Amino acid sequence: MSTQVTSGLQVRKSVELTIDGKKITAPEGSTLLDACRASGKDIPTLCYGDTITPKNACRVCMVELEGSRTLVPSCSRKVEPGMVVNTDNDRTRLSRKLVLELLGSSVDLSLTKNVARWNESYGAEPMRFGSPSFHHSDRDEAVTGHHHAPDGKTAESVHQPVKIDNSLYIRDYSKCILCYQCVDACGEQWQNTFAITTAGRGFDARISTEFAVDLTDSACVYCGNCIQVCPTGALMFTTEYEMREAGTWHEEEQTQTDTICPYCGVGCALTLHVQDNTIVKVSSPSDHSVTHGNLCIKGRFGFQHVQNNKID
Amino acid sequence: MATFSRKVKDAMDLKISSGKATTEERDAVDSLLGPAPETSQGAERDAVGLRVSHGGESLRELRHLLLPILHAVNDRVGFISRGAINYISQRLDVAPAEIYGVATFYALFDTNERPARQVHVCVDLACRAMAGCTEENLPEGSVASPCLGTCERAPAVLLIEAGVSPRFEVLAPATRNDIVELVGGKSAGIEQPVNAGAPQTPDSSLVLLTRVGIADPLSIDDYIKHNGFTALRRAFEIGPEKVINEVTASGLVGRGGAAFPTGRKWAAVASQPVKTRYLICNADESEPGTFKDRVMLEGDPFALVESMTIAAFATGCQHGYIYLRGEYPRAMRHLENALSIARKKNYLGDNILNSGFNFEITMFKGAGAYICGEETAIFNSIEGFRGEPRNKPPFPVEVGLFGKPTVVNNVETLLNVLPIIQSTGEKYASWGSTGSKGKKLFCVSGAVKTPGVYEVTFGATLRQLIELAGGLKTGSSIQAILLGGAAGGFVGPEDLDLELTIEAARAAGTTLGSGVIMVLDQTVDMVDQLQRIAAFFRDESCGQCVPCRVGTVRQQEALARLVKSSGTASASVDLQLLRDLGQVMRDASICGLGQTAHNAIDSALTRLKVFSA
Repeated sequence: MSTQVTSGLQVRKSVELTIDGKKITAPEGSTLLDACRASGKDIPTLCYGDTITPKNACRVCMVELEGSRTLVPSCSRKVEPGMVVNTDNDRTRLSRKLVLELLGSSVDLSLTKNVARWNESYGAEPMRFGSPSFHHSDRDEAVTGHHHAPDGKTAESVHQPVKIDNSLYIRDYSKCILCYQCVDACGEQWQNTFAITTAGRGFDARISTEFAVDLTDSACVYCGNCIQVCPTGALMFTTEYEMREAGTWHEEEQTQTDTICPYCGVGCALTLHVQDNTIVKVSSPSDHSVTHGNLCIKGRFGFQHVQNNKID
Repeated sequence: MATFSRKVKDAMDLKISSGKATTEERDAVDSLLGPAPETSQGAERDAVGLRVSHGGESLRELRHLLLPILHAVNDRVGFISRGAINYISQRLDVAPAEIYGVATFYALFDTNERPARQVHVCVDLACRAMAGCTEENLPEGSVASPCLGTCERAPAVLLIEAGVSPRFEVLAPATRNDIVELVGGKSAGIEQPVNAGAPQTPDSSLVLLTRVGIADPLSIDDYIKHNGFTALRRAFEIGPEKVINEVTASGLVGRGGAAFPTGRKWAAVASQPVKTRYLICNADESEPGTFKDRVMLEGDPFALVESMTIAAFATGCQHGYIYLRGEYPRAMRHLENALSIARKKNYLGDNILNSGFNFEITMFKGAGAYICGEETAIFNSIEGFRGEPRNKPPFPVEVGLFGKPTVVNNVETLLNVLPIIQSTGEKYASWGSTGSKGKKLFCVSGAVKTPGVYEVTFGATLRQLIELAGGLKTGSSIQAILLGGAAGGFVGPEDLDLELTIEAARAAGTTLGSGVIMVLDQTVDMVDQLQRIAAFFRDESCGQCVPCRVGTVRQQEALARLVKSSGTASASVDLQLLRDLGQVMRDASICGLGQTAHNAIDSALTRLKVFSA
């Protein structure tokens, strides 16, 4: 073991391990994903977010660890000295292909970054399970431990109507991969509001308020930190949703401007997403030391006053 | 990591949605927590009530009472309403959404109003095979249930009736008419004697079943008269290290299915620097076809109290939990009785038998979730969270229940500790084969004359077990035998000489799992059995990871297609699909449920050739 100085008095030990036949060193306490990415490996991730402790639920980042009976989730497995890891062999490729197919066949991944590229690179064909089943409007009423037996003609999906119950953001759970990031951001990891939870079990597991009440009846404080961490577009600003519906959302034409929130003295960093000189969405840099990507309702949604042009 | 290193939360403003608890619901909650002390916790408003609020962190430390409280409400009114959740939320300072998430995780709970009387009819493998119980042909008003662990008396029915004095009754075997009458309000009547499930009993020369059918399971004096607490006294004499040495020398391995060396697990916990440690007896026996733990707990409950005390003494645990599945009412009554008497007689509590050792055991009742038998899901369930498995490492011996080192042992594993300590580990290791030591309980069900729990020395063959169970039913010929439950595998009639040891099973490409031997004769529809297994795993998946959550559904869909396409060219596509699914579920699922969800189906496809391309 060698040591390296990272900052000031903190000394982090280095761990030596082998990835794809090449010996590398990684800081103690880092994850296999960090180590793989540092050595230039392209490991897909879906439920991994840089501000949330990974739930390792999506299982798309699995790598082979010699001596382990199963594959291991690189996003949460810590490096250990002497590990021998394979990131790209038949076993890991089949695993990633299947996970992409299972998600692609049951969830709308059209707004999930990189999926099309990964599908191609792993040869994933989500449609091989059959065409996805139609909208289910009753997913919130699923009875735990019971289901309707499938006939095999369609692939069961989570497709369901979009939930629009407030004017600030929408919830399109047809796009939800159940990464738990919104629940963790709403709950103990950031906001401590606990407005949403995972309800039900198995394929019927779903993100929900208590008794699936509207957000307006729930504990939601509209901080939008769930939108910030959502990797699939299931949670979306109403402005973005309406523009997408109208076909006027053009991300490539948008500019992003960093600024400081004007409302209070905390000094949260805002990133204003602007299209046609209009703010269409607000996010916050996830690596910002004040916010870590989090805002409150004012910073996240209170931007209309900027655009209230005086009418002569 | 978030699941066990919970951050200290600041005071949280609870937002309670509309809905007020009824008096009954409040009474049910208060039966565990006492009356609400102040307005912020749901008491009536008074002059100062709105201006003071105590609790916060100290209330949230009560979160492990969430599942018992949900049980109390469900037992009282039959379902968990908005008002009830709001009141629980105030009492525990846990957000309503979180409670809803927990309540909807368990199949025995319902968050919608339903009749107080629920008749659960087992539609799982044995009851299906023996009595044709399926989801489709249930009598009106009854509900389908996964395996009720009463396979020796198939078909089994569980009655739960909510009320001031809730009723929990098992009727097995039940006729269709019985079920209709149960729905209509009739009582299940008196259950068969506890030893009916163990046809070898009474026989004091048996080792694990030695007291079943002989000693009164409700009497500690009877237990003591039949060698009770002799192992505990010896453990106190020889000391914790020696106990672990004996268990290690005995070669005992876990009987829950994973066959991990018990001595090694105990030594790992005993060597932890952290001194607060927990012991959990995993009695969440829910593997279809498994009922051995039920028979043991009903028939010899004090033996579990004694063996848990020894395990705790050896590993330095101060507190133990028995996590019993919610579908075992008689085992619950017998254990509660045993614990209460043991406390009174100082076999539990402080300074047990003047040894200086303190140990307490808490009963914990599951609520209809197979996944909670997974060793880390059990922690989340006890802690009041959704019973989702945790990622390993860290392993339970280091970071387990409440983040502390924890021993999790199956009922049968713990019971084997008694004969080991009563004599020696060496003596125990003289029983069995090279790789499988000691005595083993098998759950023989299906087309045999006397189904039940059978105790044998490791090394008996499948044929011998079937003969022990009276041989095949008249007119039956073996079509297939399910070994190890739904997570196990099928073997065929040509495998009757298979030695039932861990190593021989492994070499033959199968598993003993939890000790299930389910004999399916020529009348059984194997395709139906496979579809039930697929449906079981789909229902019981916690939903956390993609390979299991979606994989179990795709597996079921592929089987549905194969029913029609078997024998045609298109079948090969679905057979390949199943192989792919099997591999990714095995390789990439978080826990053992997903990892084994394809085993039995795989064995049916490869060994029995149920479908062809």
